Amino acid sequence: MMNIEMEPVQVDEKKRRQRSVAIAWAIVALIVLFFIVTLVQLGANVFNRPL
Amino acid sequence: MSDTIAPIDFSLSRRHSAEAGVGDFIALLKPRVMSLVVFTALVGMVAAPTDLNPVIGIAALICIAVGAGASGALNMWYDADIDAKMQRTMGRPVPMGRIKPGEALGFGLFLSAFSVLTLGLLVNWMAAALLALTISFYVVIYTMWLKRTTPQNIVIGGAAGAFPPMVGWAAATGTVGLESILLFLIIFLWTPPHFWALALYRSRDYESAGIPMLPVVAGGGETRRQILLYSLVLVPVAVLPVMMGFAGLLYGFVSVTAGAMFLFLAVCVFRSREGRKADLAARKLFRYSIFYLFIIFATLLVEHGVGPMWPLSGVTG
Repeated sequence: MMNIEMEPVQVDEKKRRQRSVAIAWAIVALIVLFFIVTLVQLGANVFNRPL
Repeated sequence: MSDTIAPIDFSLSRRHSAEAGVGDFIALLKPRVMSLVVFTALVGMVAAPTDLNPVIGIAALICIAVGAGASGALNMWYDADIDAKMQRTMGRPVPMGRIKPGEALGFGLFLSAFSVLTLGLLVNWMAAALLALTISFYVVIYTMWLKRTTPQNIVIGGAAGAFPPMVGWAAATGTVGLESILLFLIIFLWTPPHFWALALYRSRDYESAGIPMLPVVAGGGETRRQILLYSLVLVPVAVLPVMMGFAGLLYGFVSVTAGAMFLFLAVCVFRSREGRKADLAARKLFRYSIFYLFIIFATLLVEHGVGPMWPLSGVTG
């Protein structure tokens, strides 16, 4: 079997990119979590604001 | 030379990669321990006598999971030297060199602060304080102090693993109830026979790493005696929720039958002193202890979460 291996530098870059994507998703999840919990805690008062 | 075209393997070479992958950071969180912590915290939360909003409950569980992961990361940072000497732990990211100790420390500290502050802001500060206590207890009292100095390390250190149901209970009620202390006590008493069973058949590992586990310091005989004694206390204590009206008859039945099996296996460990039979008995108890804790907590979860719960007083009048 012919084995085409990626250079270590390419592997490092791929791992770094995956880590950045994971951090981005974690931040998005956190924003969503804070938003939803805020809505839940405000309850019906979420509509109670001056127009 | 072959005249056929060889298939191409596009797999990546990991031999010389210096960067840690996402999987390495997940491994740093000890996902299996994390799942047990989340499960017991969920039971504490569901068993509490309040109707917690599911969204707040999920937020609390996420924070508790992250806090447990943070403890794992800090433990792996501090214990990298002894992890490298033990077969069971030598493949972890820090001793393998995939994650630098400083990275593990930073990751653990960041997640600790994040989990505690988020739990406080989103749920309540009593639960946040208990989570902070759990993380501190596991990292400072157990990992940094007791683990390397005393054979009672997992007895006292076991408190760290017993706190999650209290954190879950506090997330739901904002207080620490007697019932949550009982859940704490069950895990606290379960920890020594569970870990000493593991230590019995992994004693060489602990010895080579210089960890004063009970079998290494006091020998197999004394460890077997202590396992039996703790089991004899654990099983009746695990039935107490029924007496207190905090659990129903289903829990009582499961707790008594599963407890009887626990005691039987503890007696087998006590009687099998040498050779492969002794090793097998310890392995059996170790595996069964995980099932035991799972089944009694799962029954509590079913009784409180799904119902119905038939209390003992309903039968006795």
